[in-house]
Amino acid sequence: MTVYLLCFILLLVGLYGIITKRDLIKIILSLGIMGYAANLMLILFGYKSGAIYPILEKGVTPEIMVDPLPQALVLTSIVIELGITAMLVALAVRLFEKYKTFDITKIRRLSG
Amino acid sequence: MILPFFIIIPLLTAFLITLISGKKDDWAIILSIIAALSLLVLSVFSFVTIGGNTVVYNMSAWKIPYTICLVLDALSSFMLLIVSIISLTSLMFSIKYIRHLSPSWKYYALFMFLVTGMNGVIVTGDLFNLYVFLEIALIAAYALVAYGSKAEEFEASFKYAVMGSISSILILVGIGIIYSTTSTLTLASIAKVLPERNPQVMYWVGGIFMAGFGLKAAVMPFHAWLPDAHSSAPAPISSMLSGVLIKTLGIYVLIRFFFNVLGAPDIFMTIFLVLGSISILVASFLAIGQWDLKRLLAYSSISQIGFILLGLGIATPLAIFGAVFHILNHAIFKSLLFYNAGTVEMAIGTRDLRKMGNLTKALPVASSTSMIATLSIAGMPPFNGFFSKLIIIIAAVQAVHPGYALIAVVGSLLTLVYFMKVQRYGFRGEELIEKPDVKVGLGMKASMIILATLCVVTSLLVIPGIREVTLESVVSVITGKTDYIFNVLGR
Repeated sequence: MTVYLLCFILLLVGLYGIITKRDLIKIILSLGIMGYAANLMLILFGYKSGAIYPILEKGVTPEIMVDPLPQALVLTSIVIELGITAMLVALAVRLFEKYKTFDITKIRRLSG
Repeated sequence: MILPFFIIIPLLTAFLITLISGKKDDWAIILSIIAALSLLVLSVFSFVTIGGNTVVYNMSAWKIPYTICLVLDALSSFMLLIVSIISLTSLMFSIKYIRHLSPSWKYYALFMFLVTGMNGVIVTGDLFNLYVFLEIALIAAYALVAYGSKAEEFEASFKYAVMGSISSILILVGIGIIYSTTSTLTLASIAKVLPERNPQVMYWVGGIFMAGFGLKAAVMPFHAWLPDAHSSAPAPISSMLSGVLIKTLGIYVLIRFFFNVLGAPDIFMTIFLVLGSISILVASFLAIGQWDLKRLLAYSSISQIGFILLGLGIATPLAIFGAVFHILNHAIFKSLLFYNAGTVEMAIGTRDLRKMGNLTKALPVASSTSMIATLSIAGMPPFNGFFSKLIIIIAAVQAVHPGYALIAVVGSLLTLVYFMKVQRYGFRGEELIEKPDVKVGLGMKASMIILATLCVVTSLLVIPGIREVTLESVVSVITGKTDYIFNVLGR
């Protein structure tokens, strides 16, 4: 139970960063932290203590393996997060070209 | 088996566009129009033939617990039809508009990725697969919002990307919780196993998904990204985002998950009602204060999404009929209004209502179709918006929710108010404008006329004989709730 709690705290750390930080790059990093927490949670759901790697060999039954599906899911979601992070960094670079700053309080031409 | 082609055709087209188009965009236009046309033909065919059946396609010929399955029923073919209509007209509108803005084949490749993502979300029957397609659609949408390369557009796109990513992470956490409880990711198996294993998990996951997909649908407390993103994007993309993206990624998934998987529990229906009414009222008041035409239309989208949620929340068959009908109608007239706004922006170089004048002479097609769209969205007979709003209001009265019926009536009147403002200042103002600065293309006019015709034609869908063969089967998928399990897995 403690690990899930720690994982949830990691998620909240990311969310805190997104809400409070004013620097574009720090917001992107906080999103990364939040994403890691989600991935970690998926891996923890598939984990069994004392289990072995999930490859079917002679004399090995599925009961003593860890669940391989969350690992496959996490690989996919890491690739997706890579795409999103690249997109966000590209946007941040173009925003810097336009406004000469990374500070979000100075980047506000749109009115809410 | 036509099911995988809904994903293959746009994906392959995007790939071919990047491969064969050199510096020019001619091949990109031809290929994407062909793809959109063939998708339209396929979706019309599937909508006509599907009836009350469900078609399941197992990828790589594995059986259901191991495979990713694609599911086509009346609801998904209905959504596919809407996506196909709007994407074809958007592409026709794009040809001249994007050449005027900044011509590039990249636009058409990204557009095809957007269609891939949306079609994928609609046809998939697997929760994680849904997440992957959702991200494909969203990444394409972030790039397309920033396509015009102005400072405001990057700002809107960044805001959209950050909020979209937060909601995606929430959805991923929700998927993890579901998997840890049910050990399956197929939607139908989740619906079957979840009540047996641990019914309490339903509330956790429901809350997380309500926030995650509610943000995609821009329901009121989660709406902050929408006015920026939808008003900054190029006009055809605004119409794709407002017309279909918020409905496929938001409303469709909410319907699929809360009705077909969880079986429409009362507490979530109440949340639908409350969020819907907040969206209708607050977004309407915010829209009245706007002077930027596209921003006004964006706020109006939030308010109309509120009507759809209200219909879903009442959850009687009549109310769901109204909600489903309003999904179709809103896609048609909101896309049309964004085309009008795009035409005005291109032709006279502004979208501030105070700087526009009487455009009836300079832009006859845009101003006359905008009148039709205005009357539709404000709920004037005989246009389609009147019938869907009337049905939602009648259903609210029948289900003994007079308060919500009143909210719907007030929201509908407020819609009339802010669209009268659009007509009074924007298209039929004081100062007569003789000639547009840039000529409007034939494709732009054609797409506006097609959608204006549809505004009138789709109102025929309420006639009992036509209603039975078209929308009734869609409604029965939603009201059938967890019959979805048997349709997909077999008895």
